Amino acid sequence: MLKTAPIAFLVNKNNGTTMEKPQKMAIENLSVYYRNFRAIEEVNLPIYAQSITAIIGPSGCGKSTLLRALNRMNDLVPGSRTEGQVYLDGAPIYAPNVDVVEIRRRVGMVFQRPNPFPKSIYDNVAYGPRLLGIHQRHKLDEIVERALIAAALWDEVRDKLDQSGLSLSGGQQQRLCIARAIAIQPEVILMDEPASALDPIATLKIEELMQELKKAFTIVIVTHNMQQAARVSDYTAMMMLTDQAERSGTVIEFGETEQIFLNPKDKRTEDYVTGRFG
Amino acid sequence: MIQAAPRRLQRRKLTNLFMLSLCILATLLVVTPLLWIIGYVIQQGLPAINISFFTQLPTPVGVPGGGIANALVGSAMTVGLGLLIAVPIGALAGIYAATHSETSLGIALRFSTDVISGVPSIVMGIFAYTIIVLPQRHFSAFSGGVVLAFIMLPTLIRTTEEMIHLVPKSLHEGSLALGAAEWKTSLSIIIPAAANGILTGVMLAIARAAGEAAPMLFTAFGNPFFNLDFRQPVATLPHTIFVYAIAPYDDWHAKAWATALVLISFVLLLNILARLITWWRMHHIGTYH
Repeated sequence: MLKTAPIAFLVNKNNGTTMEKPQKMAIENLSVYYRNFRAIEEVNLPIYAQSITAIIGPSGCGKSTLLRALNRMNDLVPGSRTEGQVYLDGAPIYAPNVDVVEIRRRVGMVFQRPNPFPKSIYDNVAYGPRLLGIHQRHKLDEIVERALIAAALWDEVRDKLDQSGLSLSGGQQQRLCIARAIAIQPEVILMDEPASALDPIATLKIEELMQELKKAFTIVIVTHNMQQAARVSDYTAMMMLTDQAERSGTVIEFGETEQIFLNPKDKRTEDYVTGRFG
Repeated sequence: MIQAAPRRLQRRKLTNLFMLSLCILATLLVVTPLLWIIGYVIQQGLPAINISFFTQLPTPVGVPGGGIANALVGSAMTVGLGLLIAVPIGALAGIYAATHSETSLGIALRFSTDVISGVPSIVMGIFAYTIIVLPQRHFSAFSGGVVLAFIMLPTLIRTTEEMIHLVPKSLHEGSLALGAAEWKTSLSIIIPAAANGILTGVMLAIARAAGEAAPMLFTAFGNPFFNLDFRQPVATLPHTIFVYAIAPYDDWHAKAWATALVLISFVLLLNILARLITWWRMHHIGTYH
């Protein structure tokens, strides 16, 4: 097999985050089961504060399952079971007395396909704050405006806040979902392939937005698109099926994105990022 | 170059034509009786329809004029009461069936819904007669409303359940991911998103219940006088058709046709309205990408 040269797009990457940041979340020996099927096994992973961690890997290796374990969305799947622990600011989120609702307020989520509620743009963003008991109009107005500005959508929708969120284009809908997520000021934002249903221009906007958002939030993104992981993330976790028969996945390598893409330690990571996977 | 032999092409076209004709024939077979019924009812019923038909009470045999005001009011009372009872119960049970379909109560609910929808309405009438009319010792609009509620329930539960299943799962997850509790998600996201479909179900249930004659024989009973008291018997449209149609008088037959026309028009109007609501929602809310 030919040894390919390092991919060109990596060279231009602006990566000033070589210093180790404090850990916002930590995943410890995490295994998730769906009934008897073990989707991911024994994952250990740090999530550094105010940076973007990308989870990459082939289809069906448990990337989404790992992501959804971080705000306990897997709890919704009947028959799912979690072993191990995830810590948020040092506190375990899979502990008996933990309030799942509270976890989800602190760890927000943006889904693969834009899923605005069939309500007005304003009500979409105000949904979360209203859940928190904020009902004064002027406070909501301010929160909605700030969230939409932060999601780089304000200029496009400021004159039609009362229109349905579904009247927007796909890219706008996804930014609306991001605005909706940040309106309740979470600490971590999970993104499950947030651009996979979008065209290249909308994708670019989301990626630019992520660079802005990481100043205030910790971001974890699952992506199929390796170029995207290389462009946007500071850290990358490579997932792979460990056992073809059992089909459970795990993180085989984690490091700074530059290291993962330019100088992978694991042969399987190298094969994957250089496109020689399979 | 690949070219189909002319003869094979010819045969293919003929086969296509033959199959298409079969489809059109089958469609005509379905539509013709429908249009025939509506056309016949219009032809027979329209001559007897005028303003006084809607505003006056029935007249004795042979006396010209007279209308079905009592039956219109009676139908409104019984169907209205039925809705009042059935819509809250049906909607809530439907929500339960959709969200807890795996639990034993959910399975029992869906099973009994299927069974109830298969019970002939006349049996429902006898049931209501036994539990309400007999103890009270008289027929009443109230008992008619109750039996119509029973008839509406399966339709309401089923449509509510189906409409909730049609709400994208991603909306459910999206709300929970914002830290909303399950009940809050159901109340402010799932039910509003399904409301349009549930409303269609309500209209279909009204259409079905408004046309029930058999259970009315045992409950609302019929009443030639104007009555607004739920404790007293009332006339209803389908029951009036029944009474007029089996009578040996020509002018009553004409009135039976006219009443049938009123009932059919009402049901048709409800269906059109349900379609319009769906169309309006589709065009004013937008779509997912």
